[in-house]
Amino acid sequence: MIQLNNIEKVYRTDKIETVALSNINLQVKEGEFISIMGPSGCGKSTLLNIIGLLDAPTRGGVQLNGTKVTAYRDKQLARMRNEQLGFIFQTFHLIPDLSVVDNVEIPLLYRKLSGAERRKMALQALERVGLISRVHHFPSQLSGGQQQRVAIARAIVGKPRILLADEPTGNLDSQMGDEIMNILMDLNKNEKTTVVMVTHDPRLSEKTERIIRLFDGRQVN
Amino acid sequence: MLKNYLKIALKVLLRRKFFTFISLFGVSFTLVVLMVVTAMLDHAFGPMPPETKLDRSLGVFTVCISSPDQQNSRSAAAGYRLLDRYVRTMSTPEKVTVFTSARQIYSYQNGQKIPLFIKFTDGEFWEILDFEFLEGQAFSHDDEKNANFVAVINEATRKKFFGNASAVDKTLEVDGRNFRVIGVVKNVPNFRPTPFADIWAPLSTAKGKPPDDLLGNFHAAILAKNRADLKAVKEEFQDKLGQVEFADPKEFNTIVSAAETQFESVARGFFANDRTAGNYATQLLALLIFLMILFMVLPTVNLVNINISRIMERASEIGVRKAFGASSWTLVGQFVVENVLLTLIGGVIGFVLAFIVLQMLTSSGLIQYAEFHLNYRIFFYGLALAVFFGVFSGVYPAWKMSRLHPVAALRGRSI
Repeated sequence: MIQLNNIEKVYRTDKIETVALSNINLQVKEGEFISIMGPSGCGKSTLLNIIGLLDAPTRGGVQLNGTKVTAYRDKQLARMRNEQLGFIFQTFHLIPDLSVVDNVEIPLLYRKLSGAERRKMALQALERVGLISRVHHFPSQLSGGQQQRVAIARAIVGKPRILLADEPTGNLDSQMGDEIMNILMDLNKNEKTTVVMVTHDPRLSEKTERIIRLFDGRQVN
Repeated sequence: MLKNYLKIALKVLLRRKFFTFISLFGVSFTLVVLMVVTAMLDHAFGPMPPETKLDRSLGVFTVCISSPDQQNSRSAAAGYRLLDRYVRTMSTPEKVTVFTSARQIYSYQNGQKIPLFIKFTDGEFWEILDFEFLEGQAFSHDDEKNANFVAVINEATRKKFFGNASAVDKTLEVDGRNFRVIGVVKNVPNFRPTPFADIWAPLSTAKGKPPDDLLGNFHAAILAKNRADLKAVKEEFQDKLGQVEFADPKEFNTIVSAAETQFESVARGFFANDRTAGNYATQLLALLIFLMILFMVLPTVNLVNINISRIMERASEIGVRKAFGASSWTLVGQFVVENVLLTLIGGVIGFVLAFIVLQMLTSSGLIQYAEFHLNYRIFFYGLALAVFFGVFSGVYPAWKMSRLHPVAALRGRSI
């Protein structure tokens, strides 16, 4: 499903060169639920961004579903992200000017779908995360846990095969965090969605099938 | 997708009220100025009654004669001899009319001195120009031939002298002589020198005989058979100028003039002088377009700056949209749509304000008999300008925005 070969990521400025990731090799099978752990600044989010095609490695190859995407151009990457990937962020990143249902519809805007089809799929996704009663609310009218559930609905509305979650419970209390984790586990179990989650929380990572540990940009399993 | 774009654009505009006000003020104020100027230009040069055949009409507006050594020259309107002998006898036009400049005279009504503009002309004048008659009719070739003291007056003059009653067959004392009113036409603004006057009377009733000269206070309007003939008419006019006989060739032996449109005449006056007969209409048009663009650049630069600063506020949204499948060009499209919407709103406000300004200009009487309208042509110009504004001021910020790296955008900073 996801294959990373000898991934290296180096950030260069005029004077400083920072190695964020070095020699990362990773294979994630379809339907797997893995977590990436490590201290702050170890490169977890960078790795997730590379898997999510939001960032390009300095060296090494990325394959998604057997397709090499390293040489893809902006438009091809955008289509790949739209069709194959769903993102969940720590800070939710909901658009404050749009209602809950309009936020959820965003990934579908970039597909050839009618307004009615988009609305139907968005409502189904909101039902899936238990927020059907809040469709016309705005993000500011929701609690943190509810906002993250909207973000999950947005991530799954296009039925992606891979969900990438960057500390999805980082801004939530433990009870809300558990709720979010339950939704992700449910999606993994029942929809066979592959989930890659970055977390600091060992309590959550223990629930995943495999833990990838990073330290100073290196894999330390 | 468009609905979503428009929805978020409206939200952003409402959220940032001050920014929206500044942007809308810039767009609408610029559009008001441009549309008022366009309306004035349209009023001065565009086809409108009675000049409905402008596409195949030319005029002789100025004449310049020079001495053999070119040291001495005189410019003025044409003399009667020049127009009667050399222009009326042209073979390519369909019709030629000769008329005087509108001259101010005074008439008295109940002891009150009333200034009026009078124009003396011939029967062809009424055939070339499509005056709208409110009552009565125009004078004929015979009236001109027989020096009948008949006159056509405009609506404003009828009101001044006869109130709301009919004026036909009533007598009007003009410059110490009595004219019988035979027709009343709608007012013509003094922007239009060819048809403009308050009273029109036969040439033969003008005081004194027209001086037999090349310079004077006469003009000619020439109607070509069709647009394609305009070139031939211009060429024949120049040929005729070559045949002009000078009273004293030692004093003056060169004549320069042109059969040209009003716009060409203004352009020649602006870029050259009466001694040059070239066509400068393209240059004047280019200058007007250049000035228009220059005038539009200021609010556009303002909009570009505001839009760029707005980018950072929306970095998270850009990041999210990129993460969920928006390509850079899709985002450019979204941002341009937002700008076009903003400028269209500014355009609508501009239209309303321009309408009010033009109404005020019309009712102020600043330009005599002018009736400014926002016609479909000006509506089109305004709309095109608004869209141009939107695209022009949106493309650069959108392009800059689309280059934001998704990861950096999600962190809320640019790369």
